[in-house]
This record gives sequence, structure tokens and C-alpha cells, in this order.
Amino acid sequence: MLPPDLSEIREEIRGHAAAYGLDFFEVIFHILDFKGINEVAAYGGFPTRYPHWRFGMEYDRLSKGYKYGLQKIYEMVINNDPCYAYLLSANQLVDQKIVMAHVYGHCDFFKNNVWFSKTNRKMVDEMANHGVRIQRYIERYGLEKVEAFIDASLSIENLIDYHAPFIQRKGKQTSRALNGEEEIPLRAKRFKSKDYMNDFINPQEAIDAEIRRLQEAMEKKKQFPETPQKDVLRFLIEHSPLENWERDILSLIREESYYFAPQAQTKIMNEGWATFWHSTIMTQKCLKDSELIDYADHHSGTLGTRPGVINPYKVGLELFRDIEERWNKGRFGKEYEECDNIAEKKKWDLQLGLGREKIFEVRKIYNDITFIDTFLTEEFCEKHKLFTYRFNSQTGMYEIADRDYRKVKAKLLFSLTNFGQPLIYVVNGNYRNRGELLLKHQHEGVGLKQDYARDTLKNLQSIWRRPVHLETIVGEDEVRVGFDGKEIVEEKIGEAEEEKEKAEAPS
Amino acid sequence: MVIKIEKDHSRFRQIVKGTIRKNLKKYISHTEMIGRRGKELVSIPVPQIDLPHFKYGQKEVGGVGQGDGPPGTPIGSGDQDGGSGEAGNQPGEHLLEVEVSIEELAEILGEELELPRIEPRGKKNIISEKGRYTGIRRVGPESLRHFKRTYREALKRQIVSGTYNHERPVIIPVREDKRFRAWKEQQHPESNAVIVYMMDVSGSMGDEQKELVRIESFWIETWLRSQYDGLKIRYIIHDATAREVDKETFYHTRESGGTVISSAYELCSRIIKQEYSPEDWNIYPFHFSDGDNWSGGDTARCMKLLKEELFPVSNQFSYGQVKSHYGSGQFIKDLNQHLSEEEILVTSEINGKDDILRSIKDFLGKGR
Repeated sequence: MLPPDLSEIREEIRGHAAAYGLDFFEVIFHILDFKGINEVAAYGGFPTRYPHWRFGMEYDRLSKGYKYGLQKIYEMVINNDPCYAYLLSANQLVDQKIVMAHVYGHCDFFKNNVWFSKTNRKMVDEMANHGVRIQRYIERYGLEKVEAFIDASLSIENLIDYHAPFIQRKGKQTSRALNGEEEIPLRAKRFKSKDYMNDFINPQEAIDAEIRRLQEAMEKKKQFPETPQKDVLRFLIEHSPLENWERDILSLIREESYYFAPQAQTKIMNEGWATFWHSTIMTQKCLKDSELIDYADHHSGTLGTRPGVINPYKVGLELFRDIEERWNKGRFGKEYEECDNIAEKKKWDLQLGLGREKIFEVRKIYNDITFIDTFLTEEFCEKHKLFTYRFNSQTGMYEIADRDYRKVKAKLLFSLTNFGQPLIYVVNGNYRNRGELLLKHQHEGVGLKQDYARDTLKNLQSIWRRPVHLETIVGEDEVRVGFDGKEIVEEKIGEAEEEKEKAEAPS
Repeated sequence: MVIKIEKDHSRFRQIVKGTIRKNLKKYISHTEMIGRRGKELVSIPVPQIDLPHFKYGQKEVGGVGQGDGPPGTPIGSGDQDGGSGEAGNQPGEHLLEVEVSIEELAEILGEELELPRIEPRGKKNIISEKGRYTGIRRVGPESLRHFKRTYREALKRQIVSGTYNHERPVIIPVREDKRFRAWKEQQHPESNAVIVYMMDVSGSMGDEQKELVRIESFWIETWLRSQYDGLKIRYIIHDATAREVDKETFYHTRESGGTVISSAYELCSRIIKQEYSPEDWNIYPFHFSDGDNWSGGDTARCMKLLKEELFPVSNQFSYGQVKSHYGSGQFIKDLNQHLSEEEILVTSEINGKDDILRSIKDFLGKGR
């Protein structure tokens, strides 16, 4: 696959990577010209993926960027066993070295990070299967129809529960009433007691509380779904009146969403880890003197920062380096935290040498959120000049808001939570007792983009067939936006209405 | 590997053009890639179709960045979305800062809109040569030395040969290190063109309308500049009377009062007569207005002026009508009604920013 010179380099780098303790799937490298690499990248790395115009769109963007010299792809690697990685044929030898070292870093991460543990390691084959299935549907039902359904599905592809792969599901619940089972009358459990002790052992308050709890549980059982569901896609797949081919498309899009999710969940760590290893391998082992300048040039290009954007390569790399240093020098734990002598802290060094071990542990069990939450320190924020920004409506510009490290951390964590996307739940699949769908946006202080939300509702309705509603907050008001197939209706959720509901609830 | 990107790509292009899947049209946006021209940033339009998602209203979100500056330092305009990472295994990409020349910009525009090359009138047989710096070579005059490249070569040599001392990092280039800019000669037929921009600055034309005109005329200018060597631009503003102004005034003046369009056409015709003979010049009058004219009588006079004075000398007469709250938008209807058989007249309505590209295509798509 590789020409002899590159093949030799690969062996060398692979050896170094393994010697450092990296543990990876076998990596298969392909060499492509820029057209080829843009094509593969447009398909998210899977050349056998199903046909869709958005891949064409991505290709359009990538080729333009390359053609006008604005940007170029220089590495791409697929989480699969074996890993696939792509090299750009026009790159210099030193670039190929960097990329290979970088790729081995990614592969180690894919294989070992716990958030990737549930991903399909034969995704290349699976994607090809998806491609074939959708191709078959296109032939049978027509391109327009299938494409329109895919578009509607993609519009809600982010409505998944990123923790779902780790949740053990109970078996499918069947309604007891359907089984002909009688509902058992409510009876609170009583402890055995002598008559004269009864008031003490089974006090009336406790019995009332127990009955209330049972009642609530009964009420819940009647709800559908019993608890709010974050995996909206799964709910739709299981309960929408879809044609079989539609259900299949929806589930394969859901599957792809789950496959890509850990990569978004660990963007900072993953890139940081790979960059850490390419710089370590290159500077300690592989670099020839004559290549130094080009290496430094490209490495700094990767780590370049612009105001307003966090560069995951940069932040990730620096955090890993920081962690390694801190654990090497013992700068952690109660004693260090509580030391308030700055001079002493500066030269703190217990010579523990635990750094390497620690970063390997970190790469195994953390994701971006826990990573930032645990390891982003005040010193780090200051050293790397992190800030929060906000939109100033008077000037129409984004501007720097604050440099306080707690605020930076909070903001950064917020932008990573659920990938910076709103939390949407299915709360009722039989809303108004008419089979309508009710979703709720868990408001975290930031409103939805309204026009998008409305159009997404329309797409949801086309899948659910019955009217769909979304509860959210617009400005100050709680509102319910609904689409019944014809028109969008927005109504305020009044307090009066809530009280009415309360009054109607059986007591 | 069987790659079928061409199919997906052409399908995407078709959607953008609006020939298929018309209901996706409203999701098309022209996001930008940022290039640099000198100190200015210029953007290259890249059409994108963004399927609707539940997402945050971006402006409310804010975010985290990295860099210098006290609180309050502006870091970017509100038009762009913050840097939200999309899901998926994004390939690593280098963002390179490059200079985009006016010629390249024009080429990008031409390709995006599929504009035809213009066949100029005038002195077709005079060929002029023009040099352009396109590459690097090892020999050349000192005045063309490429400092950065030379420095890099010298640095490389000193490191490899072990003469680099990081305590005292002095780099001394020798002759072999030097790199020079190289140029290529390109031949152009020499032809001249003049654009006469006319704009209604009466009270009903607000800042929003002028912004549309400004953007549109920048692109028109860019394209025509790529087609002609010598491009002159004249600016006329008018309300009830017309006068010639410089560029700055053209875009920033606001008058009140009525609108007499014929005054502008008269002045335009006078300028052409005095300075630009149609034998030697390709003449492009552009008129932007919100479509209100003082009276039907004046509109009739405009028609007459156009027919007798302006059409015979122009390559194309372009009328762009921007939408405003006050304008009746009548003028474009009059033009289309009375002069529809005139090929030289092109009219286009510009209702908002999204219309600009289409409107440029209306104007420049004829290849005249």
C-alpha cells in the first residue's frame, strides 16, 4: 500500500509509539491526492457511505478551501479495527512523519478511552451496509422521497442520549392492562404490632406518605413514556407509524450519530493526546536536523490560536503537558492545594515522576467535560490567556467579557455539555390523549434559535404524523410551540392553565 | 475504492441553483471563507445548506477564547457564528492565511456565478504585457529578495551544518540561501471601460439600502476590473437634482426631498459625451434606486433619455431596485413595460442581502 520509503518510516514510528506504551489497533495507511482526500473527508472518512447531497456540499467546501489555498486537510483517521488513516500524497516527508505519529496517538485513544468502548469497531463495513440499504430504498421508492426523509431525519440526528450506550435497559414494558391483569388496590405496607403499639409502629403520617408515593408511581405508569426520554430518535423509531424503510433509515442515522458522538465528546482530549504524541515522538526520536524548521513551522500552524475560538489541539496538548508536569512534581492533593505561599508553590517539586502514568490514566477514563472540570486550573487559564466572550448588541460585535478562571471554566463546560446543544426530552407521547407528541426543552438560560426550532418541529411532525409540540422559554415567557401539519401555533403556558391541571388531577 | 462524490456534488449544486428540492432553498446560506487582501479581510462565498436543528440562538451563547486584551476588546463581528465544533470526526485542517488578489477574487466570483467572459469593444488588437509575481527562484535582483524564504533557507543550512548557536541566534544568509520573487508575463488585450454609478439618495433610501448598493457595486467593480485593464468609475448622486461626487460621498450622503431620476440620466449622458467616446470605451451605467420617481412626466422623460442618449452608447444599462419601506417600487415596472424589447437594459430587484448574488448574476450574466 505504501511506497518503500514511507513504509520504512511507518515501521520506525510504529516502533517508537509502541515503545512509549501506546496501545493501538493496526493502522492501514492510504495515500491519496488532494482530490481523493477531499472526497474521503467529505464522507466523514467513509468512502462507501450512503449517497447524500450534504457530502457533496462538504466536498465543495473542502475543494474550494484547498483550491484557493485557504486550508488543507493534513490528517484523517477512522475509528475502526483496523484503523484507517489517509496521507496526502503532495506532503513532504517530514509532514508524513508528523501525520503518522499523530495517527498512532489517535488510534491509541480510540482503542483505550472508555467513551469509545461501545462504538462499533467494524464501522467501515457497517457504513458500507448502510450505503447498500439506502441505495436499495432509492431504487425502490425514488430518490426524491428517500432523500427528503433522510433530510428530515438529519434534522433531528442530534436528539440522542450520549450516555445511552452505557445504560442497561430493562426489557420492553408491556401494558399490564392489556394482559388482563387487575390493578391492585393501593395498600400501604404495615408492620406487625400489638394493638396498643399500632399508633407508634404504624403512624398515620407514614401510611399516608406511603399511599401518596404508591399513587404517584401508579400515575407514572400511566404516563407514556414513564420518564422523560432524551433519546428522542429511539422513541420515534419505536413508536412512530413509519414505513419499514423509513424506520430503517431513521435507525441507521441514529446508529451513525452514536458512532460519531464519542469523537465530539473527546475532541479536546483526542486532539491533545495525538498532538502530545506526535510532538514527543518527533522531537525525541524521529526528527532529522534538516527537517527541524519545517516541523516547527507546521507544528506551530497546528497550534495557532485565534481570538474567539478554542483550538482543541492547543488546549488539549497544553493540558496534558500540564498534568504530566504536575504529577511529576507532586503538584496535586491537599497539601499543595492548601499551600498559599506562592514562592513555595512555584518551586514545588517532590520528584514523584508519576506524570506519564497519570496521563495514560487520564486518556483512559476522562472525556472533555470531566477533563476540563478536573484539570483546568487557575494557573493554566492565566498562562494561556483564556477568556470568556459575549455578544455586545450595541456594537454588534463579540467582545472579551471576563478572565476570571471560574467563569472561563463554567462557560467552557457549558459549551461542552451535550456538545453545546440544547437538552430536549420526550415527555409525552400521548399528549392531550390524542396521540400527539410533546417535547420539552430543558432551559439552561439560553433560548433556542426560533426559526430553526419551528422548522425542526415541522420535520418531527412529518415523522410522527400527528401534531407535535415543544415547550420552551422565549424571552421571559414559557411557551408551547406546536405544529399540526398545517400551521405553527405558539401559546403561552399560563399559570391559570397549570392550576387547572392541578385541580383536575385526582387527589 | 469506488468514489461517487461527483453525483452528490452535482446534486448539491443543483439544490443550490434551485432546480431541485426547492423547499430546501430557504436553508441555503452563503457562509464565507476568509481570505486576506492586504490588511483587509475579504470573504469568499461558499454556499451551505444548513438543515434545521434544535440549537441555541448563537448570539446569546458567547463562549471561550484565547488571546490578549482587556475585557471589552472586540474579537469579531456578530454575523459569524461562534466556533462551535460540529460532531463527527472532523479531519484536521490547517487554516492558512493567504492573500487573495483582486484577480483571484474575480475569478472566484466568476466561477461561483458562472459569469461569461466579456467580449470587449474598442481597441481589440492592442496587446499589453503585464508582469505578475507567481513564484520563487534562486537568482534575481536584490530588490526582489524574498526575505522570509531566504531567512528560512539560511536557518536550515546553519542548523544542518551545526553553525547555529541558539545563545546568539544570528542568521547570516550566503548566496545559496537567497530566494527571489519570480514573475510571469501575461498578455492582455488592452481595453478600457467606465462605470457610471448613479444612486438615488433621496430621503427614502436608508442605510440598509445603501449597504446593499455598496456590496453589490463592490462585486460588480471587482468583476469588471478583471475584464478590463483600464477601469474608470464615476459616481453620481441625485435627489431632485443630480451632481457628480467622489466615492466616499457617494456611499454616505443622505439627502431629503424628492426624486427626479431624469436629472441623473442627463448628467450621466453629459459626462459620457464629453469624456468617453463609445468607440474607445466600454460604457456601463448602473442606476440604483428604490423605484420612486417624482412624477409620471419625469418617468416619460427618463425613457426618452435612455432610448436616445444612453442606450446607443452603452454596453449595457443596468437598473437595480432596492426595496425600501417608503418607495413605491414603480420605476422598475415602468422600465419593463416600456422598454422590454431593449436588450441593452437589464433590471434587477434587490430585496435583501440574500438577493445580491442573484442580482449580480442578472447584471453580469449577459457577458456584454
